[in-house]
Amino acid sequence: MKDLEQYREWSQACVKCGACRATCPVFKSEHREGAVARGKIALAQAMMDGQLFAEERLVHELSQCLLCGSCTHLCPNQVPTSEIVAAARREVARKNGLSGFGKGVAALLTHKKAMDWMSKGSDLASKLLCRQIPDTSGLRLRFPVPGIPEERTFPKPSFKPFLKRELRQTVSRSAGPRVLFFTGCGINYIYPEIGEYLVRILNFMEIHVTLPDEQVCCGLPALSAGAGEAVDTLAKRNLKALKIHAFDYVLTACASCYGALAGIYPTLGTDYAPFAEKTRDIMDFLMNMGLAARLEALPRSADRVKVTYHDPCHLRNHGLTRPPRQLLSALPQVDYVEMADAATCCGLGGTFSVHHYETSQEIGNQKAKHVAQSGAQIVATACPGCIIQLQDSLNRQKIPARAVHLLELVSQALPVK
Amino acid sequence: MISEKVIQELKEICGSKFVSSDKTDRILYSYDATRKQFLPDVVVHPADAQAVSRIMKLAHHHRIPVYPRGAGTGFTGGALPVHGGMVMGMSRMNRILTIDQENLVAVVEPGVVTGDFQKAVEALGLFYPPDPASLNVSSLGGNVAECAGGPRCVKYGVTKDYVIGLEVVTPSGDLMETGGTTMKGVVGYDLTKLFCGSEGTLAVITKIIVKLLPKPQAKKTMLVVFDAIDSAAKAVSAIIREKIIPATLEFMDGRTLDCLRQTAGLSLPKGAGAALIIEVDGDTEFLDKQAQRILNVIDSLGVLENRVANTFEESEEIWKIRRAVSPSLRKLQLEKFNEDICVPRSKLPEMIRRIEKISDHYNLPIVNFGHAGDGNIHVNIMADKSDAEQMAKADQAVEALFRATLELGGTMSGEHGVGIMKAPYLSLELSSQSIQYMKILKKALDPHNILNPGKIFPDDAHALPGEMK
Repeated sequence: MKDLEQYREWSQACVKCGACRATCPVFKSEHREGAVARGKIALAQAMMDGQLFAEERLVHELSQCLLCGSCTHLCPNQVPTSEIVAAARREVARKNGLSGFGKGVAALLTHKKAMDWMSKGSDLASKLLCRQIPDTSGLRLRFPVPGIPEERTFPKPSFKPFLKRELRQTVSRSAGPRVLFFTGCGINYIYPEIGEYLVRILNFMEIHVTLPDEQVCCGLPALSAGAGEAVDTLAKRNLKALKIHAFDYVLTACASCYGALAGIYPTLGTDYAPFAEKTRDIMDFLMNMGLAARLEALPRSADRVKVTYHDPCHLRNHGLTRPPRQLLSALPQVDYVEMADAATCCGLGGTFSVHHYETSQEIGNQKAKHVAQSGAQIVATACPGCIIQLQDSLNRQKIPARAVHLLELVSQALPVK
Repeated sequence: MISEKVIQELKEICGSKFVSSDKTDRILYSYDATRKQFLPDVVVHPADAQAVSRIMKLAHHHRIPVYPRGAGTGFTGGALPVHGGMVMGMSRMNRILTIDQENLVAVVEPGVVTGDFQKAVEALGLFYPPDPASLNVSSLGGNVAECAGGPRCVKYGVTKDYVIGLEVVTPSGDLMETGGTTMKGVVGYDLTKLFCGSEGTLAVITKIIVKLLPKPQAKKTMLVVFDAIDSAAKAVSAIIREKIIPATLEFMDGRTLDCLRQTAGLSLPKGAGAALIIEVDGDTEFLDKQAQRILNVIDSLGVLENRVANTFEESEEIWKIRRAVSPSLRKLQLEKFNEDICVPRSKLPEMIRRIEKISDHYNLPIVNFGHAGDGNIHVNIMADKSDAEQMAKADQAVEALFRATLELGGTMSGEHGVGIMKAPYLSLELSSQSIQYMKILKKALDPHNILNPGKIFPDDAHALPGEMK
């Protein structure tokens, strides 16, 4: 991964105008310069100039970033602050060593058997690591870690990971494009049913999907924790796992995985570029394959449910805001409504919510309020992490709405074959 | 340096979470939109006016410089702690206290973000017009201290035209109210207006009373493309001469349009040399008529194309062009010297010609856009940062620009203020009597020069050893 020093020029492109203050979810909750992109870049520059090293206050401010990228979107110079913050975190880890938590994340993610075991022994593991997890649904943090506040609602990891399941595909060979499904941890371990919806939908479209076995975590949580080497290791293993197949597209159904494969991997080396170019978010892919027209052709249900949509940061940052809305509008059982600030980060932010659960809650509460104001019974999104955070926020605010992956609604709409 | 004892006292006043002398925090409050950096010794965030008063008494006693800071978006360094000391961030004082719909008056704390305040009053059918480009982030306190302007000011006036009362803390720590909530008031000196635009050098603003207007029913936006900048400038004069004051009257010169063409993919007719964005507002039935009158008046003045927005979306499309200007200039990869001169409206064509001459003479690209309706031009002198000769020439061009502006009866700054950036040029514009008079005032109100020292006056600003390079 790139060193902080390699971002010197980008840092200088920050003209300190402060426009990022208008959009940063953390700043809006904290109102301090250290929370916002402009401040983070000033700190990164101070590190490069030897003004700051790896002091406690500095580390704290660097941890106060969701890496959501909304600042870049609004920045007159499109300064990639989330990349700079991630590089600064790696720099801190190089100087101070990874934090205990960061080490845990890196060790766990790069060790697939351990991940599988955690999931298999879910009851044991979750009791051990997450204390009491309320049964009242509402998913939670992507990775079980010690020290989670007890009020936080959290889904039980699935007993059998998605990639270990026996999947029946009704299509044995694709008439259309050859596709691989990059599952990601959120779907593999926490929401395997999302993977099943995806297979069902693709089969309905007469597309056979290959599930490469050797794939591992995309590396985004490691990036967030400042564990640069783990990101490199994971990316390499994924490249190897996917390369052995012939394919036209790699599909993701997790926005964070998409962000990693399409956004982060190309920065790691030229090998990744062709692979990144073929990566598609499932919504985008389904739209291009003409699913919307087929959904529109289905009879409109009389008993429709009001659904709103939350933009995961890693789709929004890639401009993928229309396909999911087009699909929602086409669904026969759905009345789609737009909520306020749909494109604002949910507040999970990888490891952010572990270090700053209170701020993360505050950001989530705002989101939950907007869901309630929209009158929607369901908030659909396209990222397991967002589902975890949205449901936890809704539960906490006692708002009787459900957070789901959009694929669940699409799968529901398809005629039974 | 500030003693540990003083830091302790500050912590008692603000709460320890809101006082820091840690290097990390000092760096975080060392800069503003000038991109210059000066390290303060301590950063404090008071919760209320009482805390501000106690801090100022402490600072007065120990002769510690204090720099009030809003959102840190100024272009002249008003918030920079140029002589060290204490940065006082006002962000915790961010409540809208009242919006009085019967008297059309609102009372706010200084940390309220201007755009948030506008949304709040507009939800009630009211209107707070001043609209600096930074309104989504800048604070009302900062807007008052710098007397911010914006595109709508051509019709509606600037920040000080809306401020009718203040609560301030003086440099010695006294809490004082000026003006009030009435539309008129002539008892004593108008201290409210004195503090507006005083750049935080005379008092710390802790509460602001503004008057509001009814929100105009609708608006209509037009983009008019001209063959040459001279035509556009003449059109501005023609519109004003016709006794029409549009809500905004923004212009972009040929070089600006070139940048937009190259970097923002804007399609324009061949030979486009300038463009105006004209917006009229008011009652719906009256808008079409006014728009047509404007188009008639400028029709013979080299108009190549006009686009009239009929929907909100079409209007946004036009404003998107204007908002793309600054980012597109940055793509030129040049350092820009952003000046905000203002000339009498009738002198606009002459001023543009003079700027072109300056550009030729120093062989530097100069890009002009801005608020043509009130003669306020954002002049961007572009130079290559790595070329020392060009940078020196740019400095000379800035001075030549100011001299030309003043010759035409204009001012060096319509909106940004003096701060440290224009202090060296102060005597070009103001007479020695006038500067002396201001200094007497400053000395009387702030005898130890602790409130935002180093700003406005050149002898304070000429040597600033604390700058971080």
